Amino acid sequence: MYSQGLIGADSRTEETDEFLAAFQARIDAEEKIEPTDAMPEGYRRTLIRQIGQHAHSEIVGMLPEGNWITRAPSLKRKLALLAKVQDEGGHGLYLYSAAETLGVTREQMTEELHSGKAKYSSIFNYPALSWADMGAIGWLVDGAAIMNQVALCRCSYGPYARAMIRVCAEESFHQRQGYEIMLTLCSGTKEQKEMAQDALNRFWWPALMMFGPHDGDSAHSEQSMKWKIKRFSNDALREKFINATVPQAEFLGLTVPDPDLKWNEEKGSYEHGDIDWDEFWRVVKGDGVMNRERVQMRKDAWENGAWVREAALAHAQKRTAKVAAE
Amino acid sequence: MALYRALIELADDHLVLGHRLSEWCGHAPMLEEDLALSNFALDLIGTARSLYAYAAEVEGKGRSEDDLAYLRNEREYLNCLLVERPNGDFAHTMLREFYFAAFMEPFWQAALSSADPVIAGIAGKAVKEMAYHLRHAGEWIVRLGDGTEESAARMQAAVVDLHPYWEELFSGGDCDALPDRAAIQPAWEASVKVVFAEANLDWPEPVYGQNGGRDGMHSEVLGRMLSDMQYLQRALPGATW
Ligand SMILES: [Fe+2]
Ligand SMILES: [Fe+2]
Ligand SMILES: [Fe+2]
Repeated sequence: MYSQGLIGADSRTEETDEFLAAFQARIDAEEKIEPTDAMPEGYRRTLIRQIGQHAHSEIVGMLPEGNWITRAPSLKRKLALLAKVQDEGGHGLYLYSAAETLGVTREQMTEELHSGKAKYSSIFNYPALSWADMGAIGWLVDGAAIMNQVALCRCSYGPYARAMIRVCAEESFHQRQGYEIMLTLCSGTKEQKEMAQDALNRFWWPALMMFGPHDGDSAHSEQSMKWKIKRFSNDALREKFINATVPQAEFLGLTVPDPDLKWNEEKGSYEHGDIDWDEFWRVVKGDGVMNRERVQMRKDAWENGAWVREAALAHAQKRTAKVAAE
Repeated sequence: MALYRALIELADDHLVLGHRLSEWCGHAPMLEEDLALSNFALDLIGTARSLYAYAAEVEGKGRSEDDLAYLRNEREYLNCLLVERPNGDFAHTMLREFYFAAFMEPFWQAALSSADPVIAGIAGKAVKEMAYHLRHAGEWIVRLGDGTEESAARMQAAVVDLHPYWEELFSGGDCDALPDRAAIQPAWEASVKVVFAEANLDWPEPVYGQNGGRDGMHSEVLGRMLSDMQYLQRALPGATW
């Protein structure tokens, strides 16, 4: 989801050439940058933005699947879905902690999400309309996330790279779980198979958009590649995802909704039809069908919970005062 | 059939409460509580599965855990009314959980020595989970009761709202394999007393206890919950998920 994390990133720096060169030498030597190390402001800002957006994606990403927890069709599926959404919350927690090592607080990041200043992956602004979407989201959305996140396991910033290693194991479990839902539907009744095809139709293109704009249109990619925050280009990751996913769709007996999709023998890779970038930018900028509701739900949870957080704080202070008085 | 009935009562309590808690996922006051409430729900629904599976076996009619969960109507559900109460605010949710866990922890403790090895097995896992729910919910009740003016007022309001429902925990079908429910009451009252004292909460005057759940006489909220929960199984009968 996370190349989109670079949209709007500000990587300008004002440090001396010597400082920047020494920093770049560490990066080139594959050293990990740690929280207490000196780093260019642009590097710090880019990471805060990217990790923050990644964390927000995990949290907002709980909502579309959360929409089906109460309607999961068997007890086994209900437990698996609930555990999956809980994992995403856990990912959000590690990522907020990783971002906090760069000198920003979870509260600040949360406020930026609520004000619309911070973005999250555009995929979560699409609605989850049927049970098959629980399959498609696991298979395609977690699948696309893995492509990005495996690459991020080698990110130059230590805490982010380490968080990704932990997260990736869980994401690949989610991907398999989603695919297994699709497999069950595709070997089920006619209605179930139609449900699965409809989910693929709706999630295919938004999943491809998760990798972000084409390389030529990705404004901040180059600096991020140089700093090894990002190690593969958007298009390269997108292609890898398509190559892995198309045979899986074929195995399910489903049709990928791209009439221009064709195998290029020479490249050993698929070529895909045009992505609707107008739709992408529209959704990124806030006009997807679910943008307003997603952010509103997060705001509601935060505002409705304010009295609980205040009480916890007040109680802790009373406790401390009591201990001090004893 | 006394065992079957008692298992269904227990299983329904766990599933309905677990379902309610799962409604919080993604909407809790803080991320840590999203995770904790999901954990509660996972524990409860997990126990419900074991209980339904055993009930189905005892019944011997070839029904599955999902048949029991998804294909019975509200009049056939035998959960107590406490667990179907809507989540309300965080204070209501935590108090409902606390009352339930303060009952289930000693109940499973007693069930550890059941002569029925399946029951003893379920108890072995559930007793640890319930001890955790009891502690976590109890800590929140203390924090909220002894937090800010607003949280204290909300906590006390939850106590008043749930007052008609706690007594039904002690009613239900008797059978040799399971502990006597009424005998759990002293342990439950002891837990409540300790936490209420620490949380500065007042125990309200007695009210008329609402307790039709064991006869399938519910309030209106259960039917709505089941229509959500059972929607797919009802829409595509016989499909495999
Ligand atoms: Fe995740
Ligand atoms: Fe992720
Ligand atoms: Fe995931």
